[in-house]
Amino acid sequence: MGKDNNEAGDDVNRVVENSALKVARESGEMQQQWSAKLVVLGERKDRAVFAELFSHFAPRLKSYVIRLGLPDAAAEEVVQEAMLSVWRKAHLYRPEKAAASTWIFTLARNLCIDRMRKDRYPMCELPEEEPDPSERHAGTDSLVADRISAALSRLPEAQAQVVYLSFYEGRSHSEISERLGVPLGSVKSRMRLAFDKLRELWGDEA
Amino acid sequence: MNIHHHLDDATLLSYAAGALPQGMALLVACHLSWCPGCREKMHQAEALGGALLDTVEETAMAEDALEQMMALLDQPDSKAPVVTELKRNPAAQDSAVPGPLEHYIDQPLDRLSWKMLAPGIRHYDLGIKGEGSCRLLRIAPGTAVMPHGHKGNELTLILRGSYSDEFGRFRAGDVADLDSEVNHQPIADSGEDCICLIATDAPLHFNSIVGRLVQPLIGL
Repeated sequence: MGKDNNEAGDDVNRVVENSALKVARESGEMQQQWSAKLVVLGERKDRAVFAELFSHFAPRLKSYVIRLGLPDAAAEEVVQEAMLSVWRKAHLYRPEKAAASTWIFTLARNLCIDRMRKDRYPMCELPEEEPDPSERHAGTDSLVADRISAALSRLPEAQAQVVYLSFYEGRSHSEISERLGVPLGSVKSRMRLAFDKLRELWGDEA
Repeated sequence: MNIHHHLDDATLLSYAAGALPQGMALLVACHLSWCPGCREKMHQAEALGGALLDTVEETAMAEDALEQMMALLDQPDSKAPVVTELKRNPAAQDSAVPGPLEHYIDQPLDRLSWKMLAPGIRHYDLGIKGEGSCRLLRIAPGTAVMPHGHKGNELTLILRGSYSDEFGRFRAGDVADLDSEVNHQPIADSGEDCICLIATDAPLHFNSIVGRLVQPLIGL
């Protein structure tokens, strides 16, 4: 049990280090570029632009979906389904609300859960919702996404671990508690601290 | 809606990650549909998912994946949502039923087939599969729920009426987000039934022997 926990921890740490390096390479400009392409796709259904988005996002989505627990063949199918949703729903994408990667992440997350649970992931669907301007942070979300990546790599290890286990492996609080061998309360407080710290780092200036 | 009690950040983060059990995810979606503040936070948490997607390693797709994909683009969307079907659900007419809950019940709250749990307490199981439980609870005015703690997390969203416990007063829209550290005893404290949605990820732990004896019978 103790050995397993250590191995799990090491594995996550490697992911954290690896990602921190990649974050440094992935610039905010790149992220904005993908958001701009997604807007173009929504405006005129351009197959060449779609092919570019596919080449960039499909292999990343596949890693994500495999991490959530789907075998290779099913993962290919889910990625295909997710990218088909990108093609069909691109006109609904609003760059001021979310970076392209965030929007595509939510599509894949939902499809993946729908398949694994044979039930749809409960979402609050509010058509054409306009959030209170006072609650929104300054700047476009694509810019914020850049700061998020930078901030992620600066999280203390224990906090980064719970974020990665949640987002990359879809682990619930109690699963993370078992896996790391720490009480449920500690898992939750690490998550709270991580979220606080991230919001602070990516500049909740408003 | 005037909301005073909100979701824990740890819960919001897990929801955005897609890591909450189905029942708890449903409850979170219901609260989000009523609470703009938590919605804004949820969008921030989802941005974390996007940032992680930017940094994840790549796994090669099958060689002909792009080709296959391009061939699919012109096919008609067989899964386009049927809007009219939802509009006809009588549950949607009940203003105490948040949007996401409409997928799980087909009647307004008062017309559901409530089952007796204990004197003054009725429940309606939403039949959600997977980890934990998810049900509607209907507590008559003045009734106290047996004191209990939790092995895991317990989320409660008030749909109608109100209750008070050690943490304060909870009214429609409020959510109580409790974990294993706490014990509480809610009491319905207004003139009407308090109806709430409750989702857990582990069985409740009743403090009294009677509570523990009836637990297997009532399936909590």
